[in-house]
Amino acid sequence: MTLQTTQLLGWILLLPFTGALVLGLLHLTFPRTRRLDTFYAALGVAGPVVAAALGLKVLYAVASGADVTFRQTLFTWLSVGDLKIGLTLSADALGAVMLFIVTFVGSVIHIYAVGYMRGEKSFGKFFAYFNFFLGSMLLLVLADNPIVMFIGWELVGLASYLLIGWYYEDPANVKAANKAFILNRIGDFGFISGLGLLFALVGEGGFSFADIAAHIGSVDPAMTALVGLLLFVGAMGKSAQIPLYVWLPDAMAGPTPVSALIHAATMVTAGVYMVARFSFLYESVPDVGLFIASIGAASALLAALFACYQSDIKKILAYSTMSQLGYMFIAVGLGGYSAGIFHLFTHAFFKALLFMGAGAVIIALHHEQNIFKMGGLKEKMGLVTATMLVATLAISGIPPFAGFFSKDAILAHAFASGHTFIWAVGVATAYLTAYYMFRLFFVVFVAPPREKAEPAPLDRTVTWPLVVLAVGSAVAGFFGLPEAYGGQNWFAGFLHLPDRALHLGSGEEFLLDMLNLLVASAGIYVAYRLFARSPREAHDAAAWQTMLRHTLYVDEIYEALFVRPLRGLSRLLDRVVDNRIIDGIIGLTVGGYRVASAGFALLQNGSVRWYALYFMAGLCGLSLYILQNIGGE
Amino acid sequence: MTLNPESFLALATLLFGIGAVGVMSRRNIFVVYMSIELMLNAVNIVLATFSRLHPDMGGSVIALLIIGVIAAEAALFLAMIVQLYRKKRTVDSDAFTDLAQRRLS
Repeated sequence: MTLQTTQLLGWILLLPFTGALVLGLLHLTFPRTRRLDTFYAALGVAGPVVAAALGLKVLYAVASGADVTFRQTLFTWLSVGDLKIGLTLSADALGAVMLFIVTFVGSVIHIYAVGYMRGEKSFGKFFAYFNFFLGSMLLLVLADNPIVMFIGWELVGLASYLLIGWYYEDPANVKAANKAFILNRIGDFGFISGLGLLFALVGEGGFSFADIAAHIGSVDPAMTALVGLLLFVGAMGKSAQIPLYVWLPDAMAGPTPVSALIHAATMVTAGVYMVARFSFLYESVPDVGLFIASIGAASALLAALFACYQSDIKKILAYSTMSQLGYMFIAVGLGGYSAGIFHLFTHAFFKALLFMGAGAVIIALHHEQNIFKMGGLKEKMGLVTATMLVATLAISGIPPFAGFFSKDAILAHAFASGHTFIWAVGVATAYLTAYYMFRLFFVVFVAPPREKAEPAPLDRTVTWPLVVLAVGSAVAGFFGLPEAYGGQNWFAGFLHLPDRALHLGSGEEFLLDMLNLLVASAGIYVAYRLFARSPREAHDAAAWQTMLRHTLYVDEIYEALFVRPLRGLSRLLDRVVDNRIIDGIIGLTVGGYRVASAGFALLQNGSVRWYALYFMAGLCGLSLYILQNIGGE
Repeated sequence: MTLNPESFLALATLLFGIGAVGVMSRRNIFVVYMSIELMLNAVNIVLATFSRLHPDMGGSVIALLIIGVIAAEAALFLAMIVQLYRKKRTVDSDAFTDLAQRRLS
């Protein structure tokens, strides 16, 4: 029996969720035992791996047909009058590419997690959450209508909360998880407001993406712009852009595989995917697109600046993710949807690799995360060094590694679209990217060791995924080889998103690339001069450096601007409004009853004579009433 | 002089009124008891009167039954009065206010 490709979608979705359910139930049944760990690992990895195989089949099927969309309705979820909202999955080119990224990179990270989490307690629970995270992201990616997408969107937020707060014994980690969840809630509020408005505007004609695309043209452009902005607020939260990015560095509190999963395969890419998915909407409101690109550019530059002054290996990578996401938003904001998704695609490989390499270093050095306490690891950890070098070259934009082509596509698009300032910010960020990534690389691997630490041996499940992703980081760029290099940009052609056409000659593009390469090389050279031989954790020379080290005190500013007033308001509501006013009103009625009952209680004086009097008075009253109202003719 | 029903009813009302005022105003439990008997007998008179007015002896029968019940009740009531007297050495009903609402909680 062969399964239809359409039916595969349901299976792909079902696999991780079933895995999560089974693992969760098993863990709850046997919470203490260690003997099931191998079984947990096998089960936890099996779901994503099979899903990845099926995802590859779907991608192949989509690629071999021309402009096909696989659609599968699992069941009708809401049925109100003519409106039917089903749990419908679909995979067009964009969806299939995302499906491939999520399942493939997700599977590799799952395998890596087996080695990384070995010996941790609650092994089964970890994989239950992990599978749940992957399944949620798949629901988001495969959704055929925004409602189902929103369900996935929320589930991803929940899963990230569970995993960021994994080491829940430390209150700081719980706080980080709460921060991630709450900031995502703010974004989600924008997202669901946008969806509600969109539904009010075009909901009558059905609410799948195709239906919305068909009807969006008849909507007032101002309203479309508002919808676009509100949806982008959701993307700001989920994809960590200014001003809702502050959860991302704190999310490093989770185990490293979680960081890899959040940053590479799931979660943060959701915002970019969402904008690309709504490309038909954003295409009609270029001003909103420009706003998105500006936010992206600002986030890219700011995060790159922050990354230059961090000394925690995972925080550097966290800010670098935010910076790369900024690039993606530059692309999708300026109408280069394919370029944005292409960068997402390549970024998934090298960012997962960077995190996993960092995780390998961290466990080898017994949970040391400060890069200035590492050093000289290239002799002791050859494989990790080599793979990290590939990833670092890729993210810095050195050909022929993946990041070069995707970053080039974005910068070329920005240049061609005429927004030179955004382009210049992008180039500056490229310089900073090369600088801070090679700062990390030189300090950790090349510079002489600061402390004599013997790295612990690494598990094969930790090292082999690095190799797989290193190969991916090296070759993924060739899928989108631009025409300037004799390619056909197969990736963009395959996605057939409504890209804004750009007119850029091969020569110009070549020159731009040379500039990018020059800038990146300069960054590497500076990093080499400063950090390769005798790295020093730079002590703040100028005030602005102190500011950057403390990430411009944004957390403190948010604390003062939003958290404190909110807390004050809550306290006011609690102490005054609730305690005094509302409880006071209730207290008044209670007091009234008490006084009245005291009056009535006085009647009960214990003397039978008085009781007889009351009785008689009652009887007389009743008789009078009957005579007056009922018996009286 | 003819005996018309109104005079019977007037007698019953008078007896009932005397009984009610006795119950409410007198403090001696014996007097209270006798006032209650007066009220009961007023009811008996009403029952017998209406029984004669309508050709139905049911009312008279019930009146006879009530007289029987009163006899039994008298035995109980007098025994209770004796008990109450033993408790407090008085037959003043105002002395027995143990079930009163004493104080606001």
